[in-house]
Parts: sequence; structure tokens; C-alpha cells
Amino acid sequence: MITLSNSSNIFGVIVMNGAHDLGGMQCYGAIRIEKDEPIFHDEWEKRVFAATMVSFGALGSIDAFRHAIERMGAERYLSTTYYEHWLAALEMRIEETKLHSKAKSDTPLTSEDVDAIVPTGGSYSREVANAEIRFAIGDRVRAKNINPAGHTRLPRYIRGREGEIVTNRGNFVFPDTVAHDLGESAQPLYSVRFESAELWGSEEEGRDAVYIDLWDSYLEKIE
Amino acid sequence: MSSNHKHSEPANPYLEKRRNGEETSELEKRVSDIEALLISKGIVSKESLDRMIEIYENDLGPMNGARVVAKAWTDDEFKSRLLQDGTSAIGELGFSGLQGEHMVVIENTPEFHNVVVCTLCSCYPWPVLGLPPSWYKDAPYRSRIVLEPRKVLEEFGTFLPEDQEIRVWDSSAEIRYMVLPRQPDQSKGASEDKLVGLVTRDSMIGVGLPKSS
Repeated sequence: MITLSNSSNIFGVIVMNGAHDLGGMQCYGAIRIEKDEPIFHDEWEKRVFAATMVSFGALGSIDAFRHAIERMGAERYLSTTYYEHWLAALEMRIEETKLHSKAKSDTPLTSEDVDAIVPTGGSYSREVANAEIRFAIGDRVRAKNINPAGHTRLPRYIRGREGEIVTNRGNFVFPDTVAHDLGESAQPLYSVRFESAELWGSEEEGRDAVYIDLWDSYLEKIE
Repeated sequence: MSSNHKHSEPANPYLEKRRNGEETSELEKRVSDIEALLISKGIVSKESLDRMIEIYENDLGPMNGARVVAKAWTDDEFKSRLLQDGTSAIGELGFSGLQGEHMVVIENTPEFHNVVVCTLCSCYPWPVLGLPPSWYKDAPYRSRIVLEPRKVLEEFGTFLPEDQEIRVWDSSAEIRYMVLPRQPDQSKGASEDKLVGLVTRDSMIGVGLPKSS
């Protein structure tokens, strides 16, 4: 099992429990629905979208990119628009991977490559020989109470809560290590059901539930 | 885009959806610098950047997911494959790839209503729904749907029976979710082409229901 450190600080930036981890907060106002919303609002948004999409090969994993957004800082994250997050992360990844000082590649991505990549994508599931399956469908589990210094996909509102294993989705690469170039650590991913009453303690929403995908490293058995 | 283009109110108190002219030109400069770097380092050609935009503006969107849903409503065997292995059944209709590599389709029933979110970022099933609307990516929806799904759905004009359980699917991993809405009773027996027109984007996210006619 992977040890999730509470003390190491991988990039020298404290990013634990960042502003991106929004589940359960109530301070962001009404949901505003834009009628007939365009796919992009401005020309630069299209261009930052495209520049990001073609850069994953050169600038690292999608989790490293997500983690760059998480490291923007709370004030900046909350006061900028969605594609400004992408732009900021792209700039950070260019710095971190030292793209400026890299040699020129002689195989630039072509339009044909794009036509091939979009409908293919990249699989995140892995065959793992003798993977340890610790949980069966119906098992009661608790999400660990962790506060790691780096990237994680275990939201705060789930930590420490008890739920039930619903599905074993197979072995998937582990974002907490992939984001930091520490290997794929592929491991079982489970769909876990948490009752609203367990998460929020509310009578009113008690009949509803959250389903969330959690990796083996996030879970402990309830004895 | 014209400067008098009308947009709705800001999505939250901290955020304007669009920047003013000066801010926009700064953002454009930063993007241009990145494009120039990517091209000069031989990572990408200008044409392939344009092609990427073209695909997401024209080829991918909720019209794809609507076809999947309409087929599931009219073809029980397809529906059963769709619920068993979403990625492969959706692939039968030619929809696949980035942000849809691991598709799970969740069926609404009289007992359960499903709704999808990504509380940590903005994960969304691109091959079937295209790029997400702003409200899906912004803080108010991502924060509240897990806490008070019934109230949030009411803000979308979706009122569910008290005894119907709401299941909120938080896309925390690389699994991408699409809701299979219930077919409106009035539409039973209609052609697949006609049914496509009833399936809305919001009904496949789960914040809405299909049109009844």
C-alpha cells in the first residue's frame, strides 16, 4: 500500500486542502445558468484549450496539470475564470518541465495526429498481476482521514466518513503518485456509496446519497 | 465576437465570466507566447491547434449523447449493453476518446434519480456531451449539489417526488458518467429520430428531465 505522507512538501508550496476542493461549501452564491451559452466565450479561451490539449505528451500527466491548478493559490483560483485556470497551469507546467531549454522536437503533432488522438484518448486502467482485492461488494469502509501535502482525489467532505463498496472498477493509475512523477501505483478503484445523513448529518437530505470513486489507498475496513 | 454580445449575470460573487478589453488582451498575449513556444519547440503545428478547436466546436456535443439515449429507449439489447459496458456500447455509435475512455451510464428509475458532478475540478464525458457549461465548472454547483441535491435540482426547475432517492455521482477518478433519463410516457412508440429531439443535455447530467414532447 502507498503511504500518504502528511509531512512532505513536494513542490515547496503548501497546497493541502485547497480552494478547488469545493464539495459541501455554501458560500459561493446561486447557480447562474447562461442561456444558449457558447462553447467558448472568447477567442483566447479556444486557443488555451487547444494549447493545453496538445501539450499533455510534452508537459506530463493530466494529474500533474490538475495539481498545477490546485497550486494557483486560493484567492487567484476563486477570482479567475475557468480557462484562466488552464492558462495558469499551462504556464506553471512549462516552467516546471523546463520546456524553454529543451531541444526542438522534429515530430510536431499534426492535424492528422489530432484526428487520431481525440477519438482514442488514453486508458487509465491497468492489468495488475496478483492485485490485492481488500474489499468485496457490500463491505462497510471508512475513507481515511488524511491531509496530504500533494495532489489527492479524496475530497475533504468524504474523509473519515463511512460508506459501502458498490462496485470494483478494476485497477486504475493512482493520481496521488502520478501527479508527482512517482509512478502509476495502479490499484483497485471502488465505487463507494455514502449516505447523505452520514456526510451532512441532515435529516432533510437523509434519503439521498453520494457515489464516489475511491482508490484502495484511500480506504480502510470497518472491523 | 461583437462587443455588445449579451451575457448573463456573473456565476458567483467573486467572478466575472468575461474580462474587460484590457484584461483580455493580456490573456491573449500570454496564450500567444505559449503557442509560439509550442510551435518553436516542434511540439505542435499551428494547423493542429486549429483542428483541435474545430473538433470541439463542431463534432462533439450533447447531440451525441442524445443519440445514445434514444437508441437505449428503443433497443433493449443495446440498453443492456450500455448499462453493462458504457464505453463499448457508446463506441458502437462512433463516440469515444478523450474524457470518455471509461464511461459508466447510470439509469434513472422511479426509485432513483442520478445526477453528476466533479467537486474537485470539472470532469465531464466529452465524447457524448461535449465541453461542459460554465455552471458545471463553477463553484456554486460543485459545492452544493453533494450537500443539498434536491434544492439544487429545484433551482434547475426539476422537482422530484419526495420518495425518489437522489444519487449524486462525484467524478473523482477517470470514470465518466452519463445519466440515462427515463423515457417520457407520452413518447412511447415514437421513432428514434424523434426521440433524439427530446433528450436534453441537462437530462444526461441529471439536473433536468427530457422534454415530454
